[in-house]
Amino acid sequence: MKASIAVAQKEFKDGLRNRWLIAITLIFAIFASALSWFGSAAVGSIGFSSVANTIVSLSSLNIFLLPLIALLLSYNAIVGEDEDGTLLLLLTYPLTKAELLLGKLIGHTAILAIATIVGFGSASLTIAIFAEGVNLVELSTAFGLFIFSAILLGMIFISLSYLISSWVSEKSKAAGLALIIWFFFVLIFDMALLGILVATEGQVHSELFPYLLLLNPTDVFRLVNLVNFETNGTGLLSIASEQSFSLSGLMLSMTIWIIVPFALAYYRLTKRPI
Amino acid sequence: MSVINLQNVKQSFDKLSVLKGIDLKLEPGEVLGLFGHNGAGKTTTMKLILGLLEPTAGSVKVFGHNPHDSNFSHHRYRLGFLPENVSFYQQLTGLEVLAFFAKLKKVDSKRCLELLNQVGLGNAKDRKIKTYSKGMKQRLGLAQALLTEPSLLLLDEPTVGLDPIATQEFYVIVDELKSKGCSIILCSHVLPGVEKHIDKAAILSQGQLKAYGSITDLRRQTNLNTQVVFDGCFEIDELSTQLGHTIDRNDEGFFVVSLSSEEKLDAIKLLMEQPGLKNIDTRPPSLEQLYKYFIEQDHQVITFPHEVTSPNEVFEIGGAK
Repeated sequence: MKASIAVAQKEFKDGLRNRWLIAITLIFAIFASALSWFGSAAVGSIGFSSVANTIVSLSSLNIFLLPLIALLLSYNAIVGEDEDGTLLLLLTYPLTKAELLLGKLIGHTAILAIATIVGFGSASLTIAIFAEGVNLVELSTAFGLFIFSAILLGMIFISLSYLISSWVSEKSKAAGLALIIWFFFVLIFDMALLGILVATEGQVHSELFPYLLLLNPTDVFRLVNLVNFETNGTGLLSIASEQSFSLSGLMLSMTIWIIVPFALAYYRLTKRPI
Repeated sequence: MSVINLQNVKQSFDKLSVLKGIDLKLEPGEVLGLFGHNGAGKTTTMKLILGLLEPTAGSVKVFGHNPHDSNFSHHRYRLGFLPENVSFYQQLTGLEVLAFFAKLKKVDSKRCLELLNQVGLGNAKDRKIKTYSKGMKQRLGLAQALLTEPSLLLLDEPTVGLDPIATQEFYVIVDELKSKGCSIILCSHVLPGVEKHIDKAAILSQGQLKAYGSITDLRRQTNLNTQVVFDGCFEIDELSTQLGHTIDRNDEGFFVVSLSSEEKLDAIKLLMEQPGLKNIDTRPPSLEQLYKYFIEQDHQVITFPHEVTSPNEVFEIGGAK
């Protein structure tokens, strides 16, 4: 475990040095503040509208941004060390492959978590201070849940990154695959589901269909942030509103989404030719 | 107990057989030079000893245990390794990188400063690795291998990128560790200078050990001629008849005669009696000559694997110039 902490510290320091941490934090803070103030510009008003609106639009933005950042942050975790020759060296140290991978997960998660907490936290603070008539309890629970689930979403994509990274032999392939994964979950998956729904004229098993959403971690993330609001999701998510998922069920599904790719990444790492 | 014991080790990747039955033994405080051309199996042998690979056949024992076993982990504190072409973490400083490796080996961080000074990186410790030259990275690599005062040190091409003075300093460190009882494997194809520092040489070619033993043993096996180099004023033709060998002049302008080990002593006696003799020196076959002899003894031309470069391509590139 101590070895994992050492790896985590190294990854964190690396993230600080590359300015990853500061860049991600700024991106989150700027987008979150902009969205909370101008999110309702489309309906003709400027300024903070409601917690529900803010969280819904923030989570729609986040499913584009966060997975991309998480993938970029960690796609070269294994393949990069391999190309530099440090993977070979590390494996001659008293450090197991599991400890190495776990340490990396802790380090990368720490970077993403700090950026998420500071970035979105500062946005919620500005709302609390400057907006009028805000229910502070509602605001802080909604943002708390949002930030927590965003960190989980980040971890899911970091795990997926490790799976890619321990599988392929070149950095450029890992980068390409990371973009494909992003494209698939953020754009293709929902479109394909909608396509099936339209093509079959809604005749698919209506009880089963909402569960298909659980196969896409970005949809799970959006569902988590809808649970506490009256608002129904737009587009595809509206089909899930008939089938209400419990918060704990959704969290469990996110946890599984972290563990399974991570375990597969470990398996690939043990099979990786050194 | 031997520090390293390889018995009839075979290693193949898919259908490619890289090692075809290797036996190696290394005792405490011994320095072994592992030599061979590219693709001879040097790095594979190192990886087997480090437990990164599992042999296809045969047994590998390090400190009496199988290094591929998961419970070998606690023996890894006693093990130092310098990989070939390592390039560390670009964004971190030299000291930070070494401190990271020290933490993994549970070594006190004070030792890092001491080691960086020892390898001549004291002034560059706070600079980022991306500003380091190849030689500096090599020194840092050496520093991490020495973190725990290891009982076994494996060095893959340790002097590549080092200037002559740094190379000398490197060999001082090797001799020092050896005197403390550390066993060392030096893996190299740069031969001049290394022979004084090794106890045994192993010459690998195409997955087989072509020669294995002390340099004296290898010299005995080869019967290569010793060169007697001398200088002075002589009647060369007469001297040549007396010695029974032709006398050449070498690049430095000295006379050279090539003699077998039996003829050597008589020839030196004869030369010593010459009034015009100013200087005399004997040069036994160098490691480089031994290496060449063993590699070429079965008239195998070194061929590159086809997928890398075929000889024709090399010729065409050369011809086009």
